[in-house]
Parts: sequence; structure tokens; C-alpha cells
Amino acid sequence: MTPLLSVQGVTKRYGAHIGCADVSFDLYPGEVMGIVGESGSGKSTLLNCLAGHLAPDAGAVVFDTRAPSSHDGNTQQDRGPRDTVTMSEPERRMLSRTDWAFVHQHARDGLRMGVSAGGNVGERLMAVGARNYGDIREKAVDWLGRVEIDTDRIDDRPTTFSGGMQQRLQIARNLVTGPRLVFMDEPTGGLDVSVQARLLDLLRGLVRDMGLSAIIVTHDLAVVRLLADRLMVMKSGHVVESGLTDRVLDDPQHAYTQLLVSSVLQV
Amino acid sequence: MTEYNFAYLDEQTKRMIRRAILKGLAIPGYQVPFASREMPMPYGWGTGGVQVSAAVLTPEDRFKVIDQGADDTTNAVSIRGFFERTAGVATTTHTEEATVIQTRHRIPEVPLREGQILVYQVPIPEPLRFLEPRESETRKMHSLEEYGLMHVKLYEDISRHGHIATSYAYPVRVEARYVMDPSPIPKFDNPKLGDCAAIQLFGAGREQRIYALPPYTQVVSLDFEDHPFDPSKADHPCGLCGATNSYLDEVIVDDAGGRMFVCSDTDYCEARQAQGHRGKDAA
Repeated sequence: MTPLLSVQGVTKRYGAHIGCADVSFDLYPGEVMGIVGESGSGKSTLLNCLAGHLAPDAGAVVFDTRAPSSHDGNTQQDRGPRDTVTMSEPERRMLSRTDWAFVHQHARDGLRMGVSAGGNVGERLMAVGARNYGDIREKAVDWLGRVEIDTDRIDDRPTTFSGGMQQRLQIARNLVTGPRLVFMDEPTGGLDVSVQARLLDLLRGLVRDMGLSAIIVTHDLAVVRLLADRLMVMKSGHVVESGLTDRVLDDPQHAYTQLLVSSVLQV
Repeated sequence: MTEYNFAYLDEQTKRMIRRAILKGLAIPGYQVPFASREMPMPYGWGTGGVQVSAAVLTPEDRFKVIDQGADDTTNAVSIRGFFERTAGVATTTHTEEATVIQTRHRIPEVPLREGQILVYQVPIPEPLRFLEPRESETRKMHSLEEYGLMHVKLYEDISRHGHIATSYAYPVRVEARYVMDPSPIPKFDNPKLGDCAAIQLFGAGREQRIYALPPYTQVVSLDFEDHPFDPSKADHPCGLCGATNSYLDEVIVDDAGGRMFVCSDTDYCEARQAQGHRGKDAA
């Protein structure tokens, strides 16, 4: 089986300072990978390198591309695994509109606050060529329903939404084009626990139903326990431990992982 | 020195502007940056259009200026006077006779012919500006043909008003490549942009951009399949000349709600009246 995403030796330095160093892993279709670690451990740097927001200094991010779209001028032989780091920018931006999705920690970074909820959901559809208002509207209504936003709110701007609703709207906006790989940066950060629980429930449902692969960066161990199949623990830019989520959390080997697991408050 | 150089600008400046115009003609719809000069008029009064006109005028040209379709408003009169004085070119108000027509917010009703140049005054050349404030980002969107955002604006129009409410500066796609702001002409004029025999030049003085449409260029107004582009106008005949196919201005005539609709293109209206056409409000 071809991995959906194969990360090979990704390194990003900020001058003398290390962002992340020599990270390698494979992600298979339908798999959810969690990346945990303390603040400043390079989680977000790694995620941004993978999603094409930052150019890594070394390494390859090989993504298994699917059927070429008529837009980006791909030919038949461009299908299959391709290194997104060396890919041309139009192709990479096309990927990030179709096969990839990126859920930001702050919904405001991922939404257009001046555009109605329906317009936010429809933007990706229109970006890939949807030109039928009725169809776009119908899809927007469908997706708002799926993320449990009242469809009466379709013409309201996200500024009038609560934090949890904004986050759910951001997810709808990202998943509407049926991506295969979702990058999530602290998707539950800044939400209160009951809203977090609801969001996690929703995410788990969507990931299972759509067969999504996902990479979730978080410092919340409960989130990865619930969502992730596999776990990577990062410290000072290096991966110190990786394995199945339950194995890593129940039987931590590395001193830092042990510290991390034992630091969780028991209520 | 007592006289201006021909058409006000110095020759080096005109060369620079002509280069930008040629580049614009070579890449229809692409906004070419140029070193806009200070002109003896405020920004917003047509500094871009005046510079483009100055660069394309020759002593043999006949020059016409329209402002919202009219030949006799302040902007039109003063720019016409400006070139009469600084270039000594002949001027006219008749569309057919003119070889260079500078316009603000209208395209003449009479179809343009080969050999004519239509110069538009453009306030904001970037069609994506109100959706994406960053210039670096809009340039990238143009270069990568990422125009989904333009449809988001039209989507918002329909969701709020039930139809595409944008009625002027209606975005167009040029030769299936660049999305272009046609300057604030009414969308009624959009169909005249495409397949036009004349050269169309767009000058934005404050924003320092020139773009162009060579003759017979394909220009398509953006729309949705189920909400097609509609070049609407007021549903009345002209009160003076009775024309039913021209763009109309609504004029309030008294305090009792009285109003009349008249052609915004004054030359077209006068020519029709001279031919004996009369509308219901004609004296």
C-alpha cells in the first residue's frame, strides 16, 4: 500500500535555532496521526512545512496525488507520489484547495470574517470552478447541517458566531471539497471543555465517515487519545518517541513522554 | 519657455507611458505598473486617463471627452480645454468623428470603429481589492489565476439581494485569462467591451496602473449558471429622443415626484433628435 503522505527527513532551521530536525514518518490512507509536545517543540513548524506554508530547509514531503484536474495542467504521468516541496507553487496551491485542508487554531485565521457563512463554505467550491449558485448553496446548507450549525444562520457573518461555531464553520469550509488529508493545528485550543467535547465528537465522526487522513498538532493528550491512531512526541525540534497512541500513552518509554503523561491533571 | 511641449507631458514620460500601453495591449487585461506623473488636476478627476490620452494623441487627432456620457459637464469641458490648449488638437463632441475619446464611466452608444481609441479613467484598477486588501496577494492571485474569490462576491450579492446587485464596475474575464475591472461603467456597457473594433486603454493615475484591450478581444462578464449576467437598464424610453436601447439617466424635475429618463450619452441623444426622433418629454 502506498502511503498517502511520506515525510522524509524534514528539517527547518530559523538561523542557528532549530525549528524541527530530521522528521520522518509515513501516513497511510484513513490514518490519524497526532503530534504532541510542549510549546516551542517544533510541532507547528513541522505542520506548516508539511502543509506547504513554510519551505523546509531539507527533506521531502511526498504526497500521493490523485487524478489530475484540468486546471493545473497536470498530465497523466504526474499522478501518484510527488514531492510537494519541489512542486510548482500553482500545483501546491491547487492541492491545498482540493486534496488538503488546514484547520487553524484560531478560526479567524481560517475564515473570511467579512463574508457570510454560506460564502465561506462556498469559497473553495468556487475556487475549483463551481459556477452554479443553487448547487453551491445546497452544498453549503448540507455542510452547515453536518457541523451542527443552524441553517438559518447561513447568511450571517462569522463575526456573529460563538467561538465553537466559528471553529465548526472553519471545519465545514475546509471539508466541503472532500479533501483526503486534513492538517489541524490545535483545533480545540481556546474552547471551553464542553464545546471541546462536542467538537471532538464531530471531528471523530467526520474523520471516520469520510475516511480522512489527518495530522493533528496539539498539546492536549485527551484530544489525541480520542482521535489519533498513532502518536509522535516532539521535544526541542526532534521526535523523541512515536508509536500507537495507546502504547505511547500507557507505556511511555522516553523520559519526556513520561513527564508529559504524568503531568495530566486527574479530575 | 512660453509653450508646453505637445500634449503637456515631456517626450520621455510619453515614451514611458507608451511602453506601458504596448505591454498592456500585448497582455490584455494585465495591469501594467507605470510611473504616474503629477497632473494639474486632483486625483479622481482623470489623471490616469489624461496621461494615457497625452501619450497617444498626435496633432492630426480629433479629441472627444465624455463624463458619465455627457460632453458638457465640468470634467469633460475642462479636460477638452486642457488638450485644446496644450496640444492644439481639434476637438469634437461627435463620437463618429473623434479618433481619441477619453471617457469617465460610460462607453458611447454608437458602435466604435477601427482606428478609434477609447481611453478610460479608472479610480481603482484592482477588481479583487475590496475582497483582498494585500497587493502582494492580489498579484499572486492574478498570476496563478485564482479567481474563486470574485465569485464569492457575486455569491454574497445573490444571498443578500436575491440577484447579482453589482451594477457598475462589474468584473469581466479577458480572453479566459485575467479578471479585469472595466472601470465604473454601468454593467449595461459591459457587452460593448468585448469584440470592440476600437482600442480600449485604461489609465489609473493614483494607483499607477495601465491596462488595455486590443481590438476584437473576448471579454466575458462573470456570472453563475443559474444567475446569468444581465446588462440591465431603466425600463423606459428616452424622454427626449425616444430611444429604447440606450442607457438612461433618471432626472428629478420637480418637488412633486416628477421625473424623466434621458439618454446619458448626450451626443447620441442630440443626433437622434436632429434626425427627428422625439420622446414624450421633448419640448
